[in-house]
This record gives sequence, structure tokens and C-alpha cells, in this order.
Amino acid sequence: MEAASIPESPAASPRRPVGSILADNILWVLMALALLVYFVQDPEQTLDDVKTGLSNGTIWALIALGYTLVYGIIELINFAHGEVFMIGSFVTVSIWQTLGVTPDNSIVAILGSMLVGLVLAMLASGTLNVMIERVAYKPLRNAPKLAPLITAIGMSFILQNVGLLWRPQPDSSPDLIGSQKDYFTVFGVAIEHSDVFAVVVTAPLLIALLWFVGSTRYGKAMRATAQDPDAARLMGINVDRTISLTFLLGGLLAGAAGMIYALYNGTIQFNQGFTAGLIAFTAAVMGGIGNLKGAVVGGLIIGVIQSISDTHFGQVWTPAVVFAILILIMVFKPQGLFGEETREG
Amino acid sequence: MSTAVASARSNVTNLQRLVPNWAWMLIALAVALLYPYILDQLLAEPDDLLDASIQTLAYIIMALGLNIVVGFAGLLDLGYVAFFAIGAFVMGWLGSQQFPDVAGGKGIHILTPSQSAFGSDVPGIHVNFFLVIFIAALFTALWGVILGAPTLRLRGDYLAIVTLAFGEIVPRIFENATSGIFGIGSIDFSNGRQGITPIDKINLPWTDEKFKYPLELKPVYFVGLAMVVLVIFFNRRLRDSRMGRAWIAVREDEVAAAAMGVNLVRTKLWAYALGAALGGFAGVFLATYNNTVNVDQFEFGFSVLILSMVIIGGMGNIWGVILGAVALSMFNRYGLKQLNGVPDQFGLDFDVTSINYGIFGFFLLVMMVLRPEGFIPSGRRKLELHGEVDETDHLGAESDHTLYDVREDR
Repeated sequence: MEAASIPESPAASPRRPVGSILADNILWVLMALALLVYFVQDPEQTLDDVKTGLSNGTIWALIALGYTLVYGIIELINFAHGEVFMIGSFVTVSIWQTLGVTPDNSIVAILGSMLVGLVLAMLASGTLNVMIERVAYKPLRNAPKLAPLITAIGMSFILQNVGLLWRPQPDSSPDLIGSQKDYFTVFGVAIEHSDVFAVVVTAPLLIALLWFVGSTRYGKAMRATAQDPDAARLMGINVDRTISLTFLLGGLLAGAAGMIYALYNGTIQFNQGFTAGLIAFTAAVMGGIGNLKGAVVGGLIIGVIQSISDTHFGQVWTPAVVFAILILIMVFKPQGLFGEETREG
Repeated sequence: MSTAVASARSNVTNLQRLVPNWAWMLIALAVALLYPYILDQLLAEPDDLLDASIQTLAYIIMALGLNIVVGFAGLLDLGYVAFFAIGAFVMGWLGSQQFPDVAGGKGIHILTPSQSAFGSDVPGIHVNFFLVIFIAALFTALWGVILGAPTLRLRGDYLAIVTLAFGEIVPRIFENATSGIFGIGSIDFSNGRQGITPIDKINLPWTDEKFKYPLELKPVYFVGLAMVVLVIFFNRRLRDSRMGRAWIAVREDEVAAAAMGVNLVRTKLWAYALGAALGGFAGVFLATYNNTVNVDQFEFGFSVLILSMVIIGGMGNIWGVILGAVALSMFNRYGLKQLNGVPDQFGLDFDVTSINYGIFGFFLLVMMVLRPEGFIPSGRRKLELHGEVDETDHLGAESDHTLYDVREDR
């Protein structure tokens, strides 16, 4: 991504007369341009980066949804969300280790254990997220907004250290899907098992979530609470339960992301949640926080930015690149890609 | 029970009234000066505790620095570690053999011995510690302004996340700046993950004799104490100054403060600059005391540790923050080690010291839920946090908490 674009983007400052859509969206335009330049230079490598980025981005998208759901409803950055994702990974791998499943087992056993791992990780993360809300955020609903952010940080550290005690060393997940093997090749880009797997697991979850929020009674209650909690309560919506439900949904998705991450990357460790959390938060802000589709798109874009940065700047600089983008977006484009008017804005 | 607490409290207040404020400070200073000698008398092995105390002095300075940003000006900064890192690296650059080729290998020496004990030249830049602390303070203040400037338009949690990102980027840049920065130049600034070591020991400007820590800790303790006293004086004067009142006004209500003629940009940038300067000040001290400048020290947890000190002690209250810093830092450096055997007794196999950040996280959580104003709250903040208990239960709080309100103001 476009180290070149970083110094230039202050030009996007709204102090300038915002005449054209182009000037307003200079950050995105520059990113797209950089991608185009890289593509012209080395099409095959760039396509491969985009593929890796998109499949990796599905994981960030799932986590980002948790941030965006919670922020949309109580305007809180659930700082512990990355750790919820980490616990999801740990639960999955622990289950597989207990079951003793290996890649040599029959396909039915592997699929079955993957399903069990997925469901249990989702349940564990979902329950954990609801409990976090009860313990750390609910008592502070009426406190200044700084207070729950600080308890969130506290919670994040507690969970990270729980992870540290659980697995002091990085641990490897059984390679159930043969993640590095090529599945098929398009335009000279090898699609690996892990890529297919990430998309196949993520897509139904995303659709289910969008359906749930968009078309069910509970989803309607969530949207109403997000719009105006007081009015929602007057309309007979149980606001507390709706908030718990939101945390449950976010946790479920984080658990699924944890399971995918374990198989996709092959190794898990206690501090994976911190970085993943920040990356996913960047994705959520990029898509416009509170916007579900935006979070998904943001996750995919961040994934691509990461893999392109890996190739062109080296892996050591990638975290700095992602954080720099986070700063640029928050300072110059806080409403994100799909800029909606914010509630109090 | 509450009556017992209340009567104890009134006793304390009576005692406070009995003796004037400056006398309390003198007593505290006398105790601090005698402290190493008291330890000598009480303990057979005082060095462990004195070592922890010296680290604590540096943490006090940093907590007071962060208190300017968070406590006075109300800007939640989650990336304070960046200034510790910058200060420490200034010491690394100006007080080690990191740049062996300067001045044709002879090295640059300012008020430091130019020859080693064996009479040979010492390469690298070597500036006296007492100069470096002020150079580093200026340099980090500059960086405080540079990193603070983009965040001026943000409030609340967006501000917190942006500062956090800065706190993550700065150490990454140091870590990777082993061959120029961003591919420009080829100077090794940091030795990568190994870090810069050894760092020059402190020597007084008028003598070539270096301090002999870690063998002899008392002199370095007194240097640290002098720095703390200077910083406390500085902080108290600042708090009562025109600038200090402007900070509090901005913290309480930005719009009202601006309407009253407070220059928001200048006020906030000064808070960042001075807070950062103290981080650099302490960073230099820790660098030379620990004899290394290593990127592994500069993690997010450190920012949170300092923030915990400020919050647990009582945001905005100088004495509260000092109490928080002493309590947490001594607990971190000394208390936890004593607890290392405890999990064993329950048949668990881990060191308590390894989960120190988890324990601090727990403190933060409990403190925020039970006593958000800290142990020794500043009067104003106490009112803020407990003034609106009677308000009807409403969520989302589009209320009068403008201080913390989330939205970027545009």
C-alpha cells in the first residue's frame, strides 16, 4: 500500500474546498491507483497478493463485524474483542487436540471434527463476549465514555494473560485441510485449500448475519436500539437483552474467525488477538463504523493492503503500514468508505 | 462500616489541617532522602528493594507526564510508550558506542571522560547525562507536538485509538531502522531487536568518575529523586498556571473554553509537548539505569501500565498519581516477585510475574467499576463522576459528558 500515498493524503483535509467527489475520496483513489501501478508492473504477483489478501481479509471481516455491531449499538470500542477471537482459536485447537484428529483420519471424521470445533469455538466466544459485557460494560452504561474503554483495555489484558497461561508457547493446529495444497489455478494464480476454506466458511455466516440483522424481529430491535436507545425502550424493546444479543453475535463471528485463523495460519498464540483486533478495528473504521457491509469490505481491503505491503515493503513494515492507514482514516476520513451520517454527528 | 470510614477520614483531615502543606512536603522529602539508609538498617539485602525504588522514580515521572495529558487536559493517550522510546533512544544515540565512526573514530565527548580506564580513545557520541535529559526532553516535546497535531480534531475513543497506533508505530520504526529509515541512508539507528547496549553510566559534570550502579545504588537513587522533585515542582507550577487552568477548562468543556478565548490548538499541543517531554526525561534515566535500549520494552502494555498508575491514583491529582505510580511500580517490580511461589501451593505451575499485565488489567477493571475517580481524586473529577448518579438510567448518553464525547468534531 502506497507508502507514497501516505504523505500526500493530508491533501484530503476537509479544510480545502471540497468541490469534487475525487478530492473528497483522495485516500481511496490513491490506494486504487497504487494497486493499478503494481498490477501493471507485475500482474501475476499482484493478482496473487490480491487473492491472499481477500482470503485473509475474510478473517478480518468476521472480527470487524463484531467491532462494528457493538460500536453501532453502544458506541463503545470493544477492546477485548481481539482476545475473544484468540480464545476462539484456542478452544478450537484444544478440541482437536483432545479428539486427537489428524489429517490422516477419514474425510468424515475430519469434517465432523471441524464442524464440532467451529460450533464450540463460536459458542465459547459468544458466551465469553456476553459475559464481558455483563462484567465490564454494563455497570458503566451511564459513566463517561472513557470509563468503559478503560475497562475494555483491562479486560483485554486479563484475557490475554489467560491465553498466556493456557498456551505459553505458540502452538500449531493440526493441518486438517492441507492448507498449502493448490486447489485450482486461475489466470496463473494458485488458489490454495486455505483460501477456499476461508471463503466457504465465511460466506454463509455473513449472509446469515445480514439476514438476521436485516430481516428478523431481533435484528429490527438491534437497529432500533442503535438509532435511539431511549426511544427503543419506550417502544417496548428490551434494550439490555438486545445489547447482550449484539455481543453474542459479535462473539459468535469472532469464534468462527478464530477457527478459520487456526486452520488458515496453522499456528496460534496468545497475543494474536491484539494485532488482529487492531487490524479488524481498522477495517471497521475503514468501512464506516456501524455499517455491516462496510466492515466486510473494509476487512477485505485491509487484507489486500497487508499482502501487498508484505510483498513490496517487507513483512516487518506491514504492521506500521496498517497502523498508519488507521491513523489516516481516523483523522481525515472518520466516516469511512460508506460514510453515513453518524448518530450524534 | 461507613461511619468508621468517615471518622477515619475526618481524623486524617484534622491531621492534615494541623500541619501546613509545605511541612508535609518537607517531611515527605526527608523520608525520601533517608529512605536508602533506612533500608540499610532494616534489611539484610536492601539492594532488591532499592533497585525497584529507583525504577519507581522513573515511573513517577512518566505518570506525572501522562497526567498532564490525561488528567489535566483530558486527552486520553494510549501511546505514551512512544515518548519513553524516543527519550531512551536519544540516550542510546548520545551516550553509547552506537555511532562508532563519528569524528574519525575518536568519538565526541561533552563533559564525559574521553579516554577509557586503559587510556584508549572511546568511539561514539558521549554527552553528559545531565545534558542528555534536557536534550531528550526537548526532542520528545517536539515529537509530542508532531504526533499530537493530527489528533487535535478527535475526541474520546477515536483520539485514544489514534494515539495507540502512534505508540505501536514508533517502536516498529526503531526496530526496523537498522539501515537508515524508510530506506533512506544506511545508518544503523537501533541495532534492531538486540537493542543498544551498553549505555553510558551517569557521571557528574565536574568529574570523570562514573557512577557504579548496579553495584552501588545510592548515588543513582539520589539523581532520580532530584529529577522527581524537579518534576513535581514543575507540575505544581504548571497546574496553577494560566496554561493549567486552560487545560482544565478544555477538559471540562471544549466549546465553552474556546468561547472564553482559550486557544484550543495551542493548549492541547502544549499538553502533548510537556507530557511527552517528561516521558523522554524518564526514558533517558531508565535507559542508562537499565544499561540497554531495547524495542522489546516499548510495548502497548507499558502505556497501559502508566495509564493505570494515573487512573488508580486519581486522574488530575498530582499526589494521587504519585501514590498510584509508587504502588503499582513497587508492586510490579518487587511485590509480584514475592508472590511467585503462590500458584505452586495451589498446584499450578506459572510465575506470577509473567502475568503482571493481566493483574494490572484486573486492577483497572475493578477500579473503574468501583471507584472510577481513583484513590485520591481531584475534587473536580470526583464531582464529575459522582455528580450525576441521580440521573435517570439512560443509555448511549447524549448527555452533558462532552468531555468524553466520542464524535470527532467537524
